[in-house]
Amino acid sequence: MVIFRDIIVTGLLLGGIYALVSVGLSLQYGVARVLNISHGEFIMVGAFITYTLFVSSANINPLISLVIAGIFTFIIGWILHTTLFRRLMDTSPTIEAFEGKSMLASFGLYYVVQNLGRIIWGSENRGFVFLNRTVTAAQIPLNRLVSLGVVIVIAIAFYFFLSHTRMGKAIRAAIQDRSTAGLMGVNIHGVLAICFALGLGLAGVAGSLISTILAIQTSMGLSYLVIAMIVVVLGGLGSISGAMIGGVILGLVSALVTYFQPSMTMIAYYVIFILLLLVRPKGIMGR
Amino acid sequence: MGTNTFTKTKGLSLGLLLVVFVFLAVLPTLTQGYLTVLLTDILKFVILTVGWMMFAGPTGYISLATGAFYGLGFYMAAVFNGPLPFAVVIIIAGVAAFVVALLVGALTLRLRAAYFCIFTFALVLLIQSVVMEVERIVTQTRGRFVETETIEAAYWAMFIVAVATLLAAYLIRRSRHGLALQSIGEYEEAAAHSGINIVRTKIVTFAVGSLFMGMAGAIIATRRAYIDPGIAFSMNNTFLPVLMAMFGGMTNLIGPVIGAAVFTYIGEILLTRFPDLYMLIFGVVLILAIVFMPNGIVGLVQDVWRKLRGGRRAPA
Repeated sequence: MVIFRDIIVTGLLLGGIYALVSVGLSLQYGVARVLNISHGEFIMVGAFITYTLFVSSANINPLISLVIAGIFTFIIGWILHTTLFRRLMDTSPTIEAFEGKSMLASFGLYYVVQNLGRIIWGSENRGFVFLNRTVTAAQIPLNRLVSLGVVIVIAIAFYFFLSHTRMGKAIRAAIQDRSTAGLMGVNIHGVLAICFALGLGLAGVAGSLISTILAIQTSMGLSYLVIAMIVVVLGGLGSISGAMIGGVILGLVSALVTYFQPSMTMIAYYVIFILLLLVRPKGIMGR
Repeated sequence: MGTNTFTKTKGLSLGLLLVVFVFLAVLPTLTQGYLTVLLTDILKFVILTVGWMMFAGPTGYISLATGAFYGLGFYMAAVFNGPLPFAVVIIIAGVAAFVVALLVGALTLRLRAAYFCIFTFALVLLIQSVVMEVERIVTQTRGRFVETETIEAAYWAMFIVAVATLLAAYLIRRSRHGLALQSIGEYEEAAAHSGINIVRTKIVTFAVGSLFMGMAGAIIATRRAYIDPGIAFSMNNTFLPVLMAMFGGMTNLIGPVIGAAVFTYIGEILLTRFPDLYMLIFGVVLILAIVFMPNGIVGLVQDVWRKLRGGRRAPA
């Protein structure tokens, strides 16, 4: 029983971060229609910003740097959308054509960001010690607990943002039907840019949190991207609550499989993926 | 344009094609070593790019599994080369990639394009872990020794497969099947209503393209003495062909060949000395190509040519 308790605790702690990463990707794909291959690279950027600020002479607390990392990646996302993706959207005849083009452009970004990261930070494993204590009888590492707390706070804030603000309402309208939302007076370009930027901002925050828990390296982005992609399908393409639930599920699966046979995690993800495509391709919360 | 000039240009380009063909066919007897190896690499990327484009070009479905099929062929060569003759091994590798592509296609190609894209994205990592697990449990090894072939044999094999790939791509474009693909790309629902079996058409094309990728993998594998799943399955073999196709242009078959040649050569110069810079340049070129050259370098040249000629004729 102790084993299962540990697996569930680890899975939930991991699942929180997966959920954060996946909600970001879900916003980008579901609203802005950019299947962002470079999403994982901004996780890396967030992680390394936090690392650099922590080991520098300023010795900034990761809980402060995660705000800095989030804002930084948010601004990058905003700039990218208003320059690159809006231009592609204007020149694409159909939304499908835009999806293809924007995905390929995000490929280019993947290369650019990853290799800039490698030039700046090198390719070794990095890590630092933060809140390296365990608490309660279950011996939960404090840093994981703190990061789960941050995820929960962000999730609640995000929920209120979506349900109680004008911008949130505009985003929800754009998810349902972007052209009609545009006709109703929603500044659709602004909403899409905000969604894309929010997605990257969440990636930056997730990266920050990951750096407090695990060793980081400049090639880390891809594995998180793969997880986020599967979670987004699992939750339902474009569903934000689905991405949240899917993230937690995949975290639990990952903890379970890692406990018994770590090299099988990718296979386990794909077994879920294949079953999903066969049984319910629209995902848990898909319409 | 009169028929006379038409046949003349056609004859000219056919003749040119024949000269290039003969030159490439006898090349290993003229030079030795490095140039043959470099050309084998270029041909490898021509195969991967054209194989990818066979399906992605007309339909707009973006497969990210090139590295998976290539790696599968690569690994097949490690398993079978030696006990079986080289030519048979290449065919086995192609068939293995074909079968896996059929399964992947059957699973994903009846759904929206995004599912296909996401599913193929991590396929290279999946097949890598499956192979690792099989090796761990069955043979309890981490890698394999490969029966090597001479660089000339590898070159000729690659040359034959490349010609076959280009020929297949050309024939598919010209056939009813290619027309069906084209109409699927333009409007899937309308294509279905005009009696095209869209799922089958998509799956078959995807699998045929993958067949050649597997063959290319098997040939490259025989240049190494030892491989493991980490070497066989690499994301770069997925990403680079996409870039090469985008850079060269997807409207005809010359584009991907130019893209493959240019980037393999640049890679050869930069990769060993500045690998990070090389990949950075890749990314920048890819973004610029998508934004400013939607039809690739070939499309750009055609545009410039049309302008120089006066631009009186309507664009094709």
